[in-house]
Amino acid sequence: MRLYELSFSEIEDFFYKLAELKDVLRDRDLLTYLPQREIPEVAHGTARVKHAFPIFQKGGVIMDVTSVEQASIAENAGATSVMVLDKLPYDVRKSGGVARMADPKVIEDVMSSITIPVMAKVRIGHYYEAKVLEALGVDTIDESEVLTPADDEHHINKWEFQVPFVNGARSLEEALRRITEGSSMIRTKGEPGTGNVSEAVKHMKIMNSELNMIARMNEEDRVKKAREFQVPYELVELTAKLGRLPVVNFAAGGIATPADAALMMWLGADGIFVGSGIFKSQDPDIRARSIVIATAGWEYPEVVLEAQKMINEQKSMMGIDVKTLKPEELMQVRDT
Amino acid sequence: MKIGILAYQGSFEEHALQTRRALDVMGLDGEIVPVKQKKDLDVDGIIIPGGESTTIGIVASKMGLLDELKAKANEGLPVLGTCAGAIMLGKEVSDAKVGKKSQPLLGIMDISVMRNYYGRQRESFEANVDLSELDGGMQRVVFIRAPAILKVWGNAQSLSKFQGTYVIVKEGSLLATTFHPELSSTTKVHEYFISMVRK
Repeated sequence: MRLYELSFSEIEDFFYKLAELKDVLRDRDLLTYLPQREIPEVAHGTARVKHAFPIFQKGGVIMDVTSVEQASIAENAGATSVMVLDKLPYDVRKSGGVARMADPKVIEDVMSSITIPVMAKVRIGHYYEAKVLEALGVDTIDESEVLTPADDEHHINKWEFQVPFVNGARSLEEALRRITEGSSMIRTKGEPGTGNVSEAVKHMKIMNSELNMIARMNEEDRVKKAREFQVPYELVELTAKLGRLPVVNFAAGGIATPADAALMMWLGADGIFVGSGIFKSQDPDIRARSIVIATAGWEYPEVVLEAQKMINEQKSMMGIDVKTLKPEELMQVRDT
Repeated sequence: MKIGILAYQGSFEEHALQTRRALDVMGLDGEIVPVKQKKDLDVDGIIIPGGESTTIGIVASKMGLLDELKAKANEGLPVLGTCAGAIMLGKEVSDAKVGKKSQPLLGIMDISVMRNYYGRQRESFEANVDLSELDGGMQRVVFIRAPAILKVWGNAQSLSKFQGTYVIVKEGSLLATTFHPELSSTTKVHEYFISMVRK
């Protein structure tokens, strides 16, 4: 359990004061602190409400599912959310072609069958897939490199939406850019659908060392860094002061066992996404439960050991060595 | 004074910071510790944070903590439950959409709680709630996929209402809120809980 220098409410004050955001938010009635405006009694979809949602996922496991049956297994295992996809990342990799958002009917069926939040993925830059999912009422939208990007140049302007977004990042630079675009939650990209945790480890360690680096820098170097990152200087300053990302930061990409999950928590992740690791294994029920236990009790090796004993390594997904993938097969490089 | 935070899942770090600040405001010394195992339950008061009540219940029961915590709370250990924490405390719990569903809970407070009362995240909101019973005036707080306390009975008493439902309820040494004081700019709820622990 970590104690930070700034509280959630102070971080939010910062976001509300960031000049770039003000204009958009004011136009959309999402700014509620401005004195010249009458404060609405009840306000939906504000930055504060969107940034708050992922806080309640911390310490939890978000599981990729493709059907109502899988969603129910995830809920019973103790998942904090499910992520609905058309195909699991492993199958996306195998099948090739264009990967798009899941069938809204399937998402709707999942939403009406379980009590935990339901997330779904859209293609990078696909504003309209996101609008469709917002209209459907999903709890969070993942603008994901697992699907085929719809826009090679731009990401979705996420400030315009009332639902929170989660985005992937390989470095502090990518994470801060996504936060500047309005993302409410970051996850490492890892290399999805491989059952190989090595890339997620790499991305989390890059992020941690960059956080250390900006914390030690003097002001003029931070100004330079902000320019290099293409993000507001104030955001770099806030991040340096906090010593962590100012939004919730999960690990994702290749996590397949309880020990993988505990490793990512130990590296400082706030929680875990498991993609193909559960439903591409031969023991999804018990594996889902074991990863939940290991994520919540990661500080205790004996708890992780017990979780690890629940599963059978023979039944883990076979996995792919990332080094055998051709450069064009990597999903993590699809956006920056 | 030692305040424990049930630290498996949810807003436990936010509660820890808010508790630390409340202690500072009150000029009190105190220790704030994460609670995850039975042996951690040696505390003077415990906070059950917001999160997913299904996850918190499943993990707490798997770690063998749920029964122990229930016994201690029944013996008078002060408990603050926010959002999912309020669900954990309630004797009657149902879900707005799928009705009754069995999940491991403490079930010790005379309140009826409906999960996901307002709907999904799209319906989550911020609003002003009345903390005057806690000496806090009107405060801006967030309700995230919040439950609602629809009924209180026995010794449970309402300390604040919002749009016809109870948002703060106290019963003896138990305190429940459906919103998130740990994400607000006021420490009044935590100060109130700390003074309950001091008694």
